[in-house]
Amino acid sequence: MGFDIRKFFFRKPKIALEGQENETSASVPEKAAIKCDKCKSLILSDDLESGAYVCAKCGCHMKIGARDRLKLVSDGGEFEELFADVVGENPLGFPDYEAKLEKARKASGEKEAVVCGVVSVCERKAVAFAMDYRFMMGSMGSAAGEKITLAFEYATEHDLPVIGFALSGGARMQEGIISLMQMAKTSGAVLKHSDKGLLYISVLTDPTTGGVSASFAFEADIIIAEPNALIGFAGPRVIEQTIKQKLPADFQRAEFLLKKGFIDKIVDRRKLKDTLGQILKMHGAAEVDYE
Amino acid sequence: MSELTAYEIAMKSREKGRPTALDYIEKITENFIELHGDRRFADDRSVVGGLAELSGRPVTVIGIEKGKETKEKVDRNFGYANPEGYRKAMRLMKQAEKFRRPVLCFVDTAGAFCGIGAEERGQAEAIASSILGMMGLKTPVLSIIIGEGGSGGALGLAAADEVWMTETSTYSVISPEGCASILWKDSSKVREAASCLKLTADDLKALGAVERVLEENGFSDEFFARLKSDVSAFFEEKSKVGTEELTEARYERFRKIK
Repeated sequence: MGFDIRKFFFRKPKIALEGQENETSASVPEKAAIKCDKCKSLILSDDLESGAYVCAKCGCHMKIGARDRLKLVSDGGEFEELFADVVGENPLGFPDYEAKLEKARKASGEKEAVVCGVVSVCERKAVAFAMDYRFMMGSMGSAAGEKITLAFEYATEHDLPVIGFALSGGARMQEGIISLMQMAKTSGAVLKHSDKGLLYISVLTDPTTGGVSASFAFEADIIIAEPNALIGFAGPRVIEQTIKQKLPADFQRAEFLLKKGFIDKIVDRRKLKDTLGQILKMHGAAEVDYE
Repeated sequence: MSELTAYEIAMKSREKGRPTALDYIEKITENFIELHGDRRFADDRSVVGGLAELSGRPVTVIGIEKGKETKEKVDRNFGYANPEGYRKAMRLMKQAEKFRRPVLCFVDTAGAFCGIGAEERGQAEAIASSILGMMGLKTPVLSIIIGEGGSGGALGLAAADEVWMTETSTYSVISPEGCASILWKDSSKVREAASCLKLTADDLKALGAVERVLEENGFSDEFFARLKSDVSAFFEEKSKVGTEELTEARYERFRKIK
């Protein structure tokens, strides 16, 4: 559900991320410093990048784009992109949807809300996908669902594990039932991958809600979350409106879900690559052939 | 097929006096034995399920029950299922798989319950597991939307071999009211939202999300007799299909929606 939960998040870092060549980043000076929204300390963009976009003072995990997510866990910060040409349309002819898609493309520099690729994590090969908050808050439409489905199908065909970075405000309302059907489609692809005895690690990032949390994000063998990530079915604002009372501050946060038994582990982003590498190794993931 | 507008259909889908899941179970099956509980937390009264016979064939029936009068509606949580409802449904579906019974689901919900307890007990995980479980279920499964098909809460019981809808039912990613207020910040645009969402049975059939639109005929005895014969024929046909072919076709059903 695409309600505006952005107000619950920290502002996005107003700095140029590496490899991003869209309008937003071009106009921002490279050596900018940004204020951590949580502890208000200033962080230089260089330090932010080397620190995996985590505030060195308070540990606040800043929001990052899908491409940067994949780079952060890839050896040498490189990955081989898959299915880059899958682009969404306006299947229901929904008013103003094309303009919104265009805006999202400009804001994110991506064609869709999901980026897929083959990554090498600590020299172990995997298929990875990540969702981008700048693209309509990672809402799942047909192209996003198609890319995730293709990623699982590719991994099934090539006997590879999958690492999925979930991030979503929910379904893409403008695609109506087509959006809802992506939940079953992606789940079917997860199942085929699983039935072949292959590993799927889901990393829940801030926020993971709605149709994404109620499908592939919670269907993994191992579910990791980033500290303080908002994770749930309904968003907090919708719940507050429904029950007409204020929710406790820790409600639906990663730490809350860990306590309730719904996730395996909370991992600091700065240690995520090593953790993923170790898990892949223990599941016998193929070593990358660098010849 | 219908002369009504999308908004009128959306209103009709929630109308008092419509047959609810238990009516369908009573009208088209015999010897219903209700089975309770998810074996983990509780018995969700908004999801009913159990054993029954359909034209002599043992089946597992599951339905989201809204209730009729106020007291019963409250007892049924107005058809808003909690995680334990989806877990009960999955427990019964796995049981059906073990004993090679087909599964018949009746869907009628504005959505999965949205509240503190539902979140604490993993509403998202419960629905995800239900969808995943249904996608791999090694027995035929048919879902019929008999009123409201509200988003993930409906899909949690509709990852089926086929989905049928009665002609004044709806199936949508969000309610027209939700769409108007979230997308347009204007609750007066609810009619426009209903039309844009393509949530009617006819529209959904055209989009490939639904296989059959059922003529309601005022929910007469003829309607139920015909439904009984259609569902029986469907299970008869599916009983001849091997399990691998069955789950593969189910995957293809959703896979083709791009």
